[in-house]
Amino acid sequence: MPSEFTVRVNGDSIVVPVGSTVAVAIAIAGRPCRTSVTGEPRGPLCGMGICFECRAVVDGIPHSRTCQILCEPNMEVSTDE
Amino acid sequence: MSKESYDVVIVGAGIVGAACADVFAQRGFRVVVVDRDVVGSGATAAGMGHIVVMDDSDAQFALTRYSQRLWQELRQQLPDDVEYDQSGTIWVAADEEEMVEVLRKRDYYQQRGLAVEVIDAHQLYDAEPNLREGLAGGLLVPQDAVLYPPCAARFLIGRAQQRGARLRLGASVTQISEACVRLNDGEEIRADIVVNAVGANAAALTPGIDIKKRKGHLVITDRYPGFLRHQLVELGYLKSAHSVSRDSVAFNVQPRRTGQILIGSSRQYGAEHKEVDQTMLANMVLRAQEYMPALGTMSAVRVWTGFRAATPDKLPLIGPCPGYKSVFLATGHEGLGITTSLGTARILVDQVTGGNPEIAVEPYLPTRTVKEHTHA
Repeated sequence: MPSEFTVRVNGDSIVVPVGSTVAVAIAIAGRPCRTSVTGEPRGPLCGMGICFECRAVVDGIPHSRTCQILCEPNMEVSTDE
Repeated sequence: MSKESYDVVIVGAGIVGAACADVFAQRGFRVVVVDRDVVGSGATAAGMGHIVVMDDSDAQFALTRYSQRLWQELRQQLPDDVEYDQSGTIWVAADEEEMVEVLRKRDYYQQRGLAVEVIDAHQLYDAEPNLREGLAGGLLVPQDAVLYPPCAARFLIGRAQQRGARLRLGASVTQISEACVRLNDGEEIRADIVVNAVGANAAALTPGIDIKKRKGHLVITDRYPGFLRHQLVELGYLKSAHSVSRDSVAFNVQPRRTGQILIGSSRQYGAEHKEVDQTMLANMVLRAQEYMPALGTMSAVRVWTGFRAATPDKLPLIGPCPGYKSVFLATGHEGLGITTSLGTARILVDQVTGGNPEIAVEPYLPTRTVKEHTHA
């Protein structure tokens, strides 16, 4: 079993270690998870699924909490919605 | 003790009390508004916030249409946070039987000068692509709007205050008597006219009026901009809202300016507690998903309840309170208080001043529904 695989963040291929959360993939991509309604960049704060700051679109599902979702090969993540 | 003297004391700073304060102040009355909580804290904050024309009865149409016109006149003055958005309503017909109702409704509105449009299944999907397949069509009412009611109430109160009205918040009224209200600390506020505008709680202050609490649930989702464009109501809503005794749910969703979606609705009598009823909530959400399956994939951020002030004939009580000389009622608006607040205020003040109301007031006079024991 390979120790890492590729997901896409905003179309860019990102290599992540097995066991990484989607929030990790977004961090490797160097992006904020989302932009607040007042235009501020937001990312994981609590890391345990309660603060909702790490939301992004994961495989088409908006408002997914990326700190609670493990990456899977070829996952599509979008942070600009 | 209050040393000031007032012409009018309005109990309740919801949208109806706020609208009444606005019109009384505009006509030169010295007004004080008293509320146990903050402005717009009851059904005003709990409800959806639609400005809709309804045709349950001719009287309901008259008041909703009149009020919608008043909102349209006010629209340019509303601050941005009121979020007035003329999204229009689509009454969704699930089958051909409900399309018959669509045509009846169209004829009713058109005969009374309201522009509406029948849409077929195709046009329905173009308008709202997230509705499920297999629906028959609907009726588009383009002038209907949504807004954010607590800010609308705050605007109306603020305008009254600019014209000299006083606002007493955190002051709980325990008793209404002739030309006087008593607060829970014993203070009395005197005025020539007392207006009971406390919504579902109105019968506690003026016993004998037939107001029942009708509980509702709402859900608001996270932000999904573009998912929904119009207010959607199932035509089955009529069966639900008309049912006087049974608990019921109906599909009713609203797009908010934030991209959030308000999901309703439920109706329950005899439920006095504000706790969320999980069974009602589940039935309501499942009903919504029957029409818009993708709602099931969304995140809800909050669920809450509120109490409509329901009357037996589904019309509000606007006018002199039976058994009193100086007490007036402005309550019983059920699910239409946001819409009808402006019309209510006008025709109430017209009654007080002996003015000439723009619509007939008789259907809303409280004398029509007085319970027997008040005559005893």
